[in-house]
Amino acid sequence: MAETAAAPKNVKFIITRQDEPQSSSYTEEFDLPYRPGMNVISALMEIQRNPVNAKGDNTVPVCWDSNCLEEVCGACSMVINGKPRQACAALIDNLEQPVRIEPMKTFPVVRDLVIDRTRMFNALKRVKAWIPIDGTYDLGPGPRMPEKKRQWAYELSKCMTCGVCLEACPNVNEKTNFIGPAALSQVRLFNAHPTGEMNADDRLDAVMEDGGIDGCGNSQNCVAACPKGIPLTTSIAEINKQSTKHMFKRWLGV
Amino acid sequence: MRGFYSRKIHSLLGVIPLGAFFLEHMLTNFAAVEGGASGFTDSVLFLNSLPLVFFLELFGIWLPLLYHGVYGLYIAYQSKPNLNRFNLERNWRYTLQRITGVVTFIFIVWHVFETRFQVTLGNVEHEELGGLMHNIVTQPLLLSFYVIGIVAASFHFANGLWSFLISWGITVGPRSQRVSSVICLGLFVVVTFMFLLSLVTFRDSEFQNTVALAQSLKNLI
Ligand code: SF4
Ligand code: FES
Repeated sequence: MAETAAAPKNVKFIITRQDEPQSSSYTEEFDLPYRPGMNVISALMEIQRNPVNAKGDNTVPVCWDSNCLEEVCGACSMVINGKPRQACAALIDNLEQPVRIEPMKTFPVVRDLVIDRTRMFNALKRVKAWIPIDGTYDLGPGPRMPEKKRQWAYELSKCMTCGVCLEACPNVNEKTNFIGPAALSQVRLFNAHPTGEMNADDRLDAVMEDGGIDGCGNSQNCVAACPKGIPLTTSIAEINKQSTKHMFKRWLGV
Repeated sequence: MRGFYSRKIHSLLGVIPLGAFFLEHMLTNFAAVEGGASGFTDSVLFLNSLPLVFFLELFGIWLPLLYHGVYGLYIAYQSKPNLNRFNLERNWRYTLQRITGVVTFIFIVWHVFETRFQVTLGNVEHEELGGLMHNIVTQPLLLSFYVIGIVAASFHFANGLWSFLISWGITVGPRSQRVSSVICLGLFVVVTFMFLLSLVTFRDSEFQNTVALAQSLKNLI
């Protein structure tokens, strides 16, 4: 019982902040009281409630993005102790201290830890990551998917467009226009679907455009970083295979 | 689209013809280990007796090398290594692939200037190449430069083969990529070993016979 009465622990946070999209970044430190089970989001909430930095000065609360708080929406992705990951799933108990928090700078920073992932949604549009079934009349039920295929395809469908794989990729940067692993894996998903398959060539045409599949350099960081355990490198190699075949087919005109 | 094809060509040329020539080069050098100075000279002469050797060199070596090298430098420039954050084996190989690419490029330019280009200039005959190599590898500084070049080129070749298999969709699943990693790493060790063995053999005094000539060449440049 004596332990619980001991002086409350503090947790130190070093947060990279940025006031505006164009302004330069700086770090600010915070000492927050430790609470059992706290995570990075609850720490940020604590700063919001009481915006005082480690020096004791009043400051502007740190901005961040979050939504589901259960690692399924991807909104709260940030770089925590050097690793891009979801803040809502980052328990302080499992983190080395001081906890260093930065925005995922592969994306444009809107403010503090808030980033703009528009490029990922543009990439999904570019590769047509959907199944077109709209029409003027009911087309009836589509072909069924074999259960075995459904099982691995389901894994790919878990992608939450969080951007961690892009942040981890050394080929996604300001010198390239590589769309990144996530969208390529979605091409595999929709090309595997029995109805989606009918538009497989359109998606392959899209990934063979500039910034598509050729941007991969096989560092394979993405598969190690993905919080959903999506087999991204298998997806990329599969799309390599499909696009190579597609290339020969186009040449031969079959 | 342009990116797709230029990258595919870059990847293909790295294996055919460049990778194939690299292995051929290894075997020619190895003739020095097996057949001594005369064995080496014989295999050099055999290569140069191939029909249309000029075109073989042009389309099998010079142009592919130029394309693969220059485009490769661009690929290396485009990368933003992050080993500090992702200290992983595959990421190391990704980074080393780019570093060894640049090292190999510099090494090849130097090596070609020193050997093949001197033949073109008429400073060296094919029969004297063994002596020329002897002269190079008996100088510690140049020897270490050659060792670095060989290790870099062998790694770049073997690991490049690994990523070629992925880029062309031949090894898709994690298991096949693991197996090909082991095979390619084994290839790296074997190729490096064979090249280095030939290099050491060139230090042998039996290659010295044409050294006087090579020496006078050194004084010329
Ligand atoms: S593939 Fe994984 S890391 Fe990449 S966006 Fe989807 S969930 Fe995030
Ligand atoms: S808030 Fe949705 S993943 Fe963290």
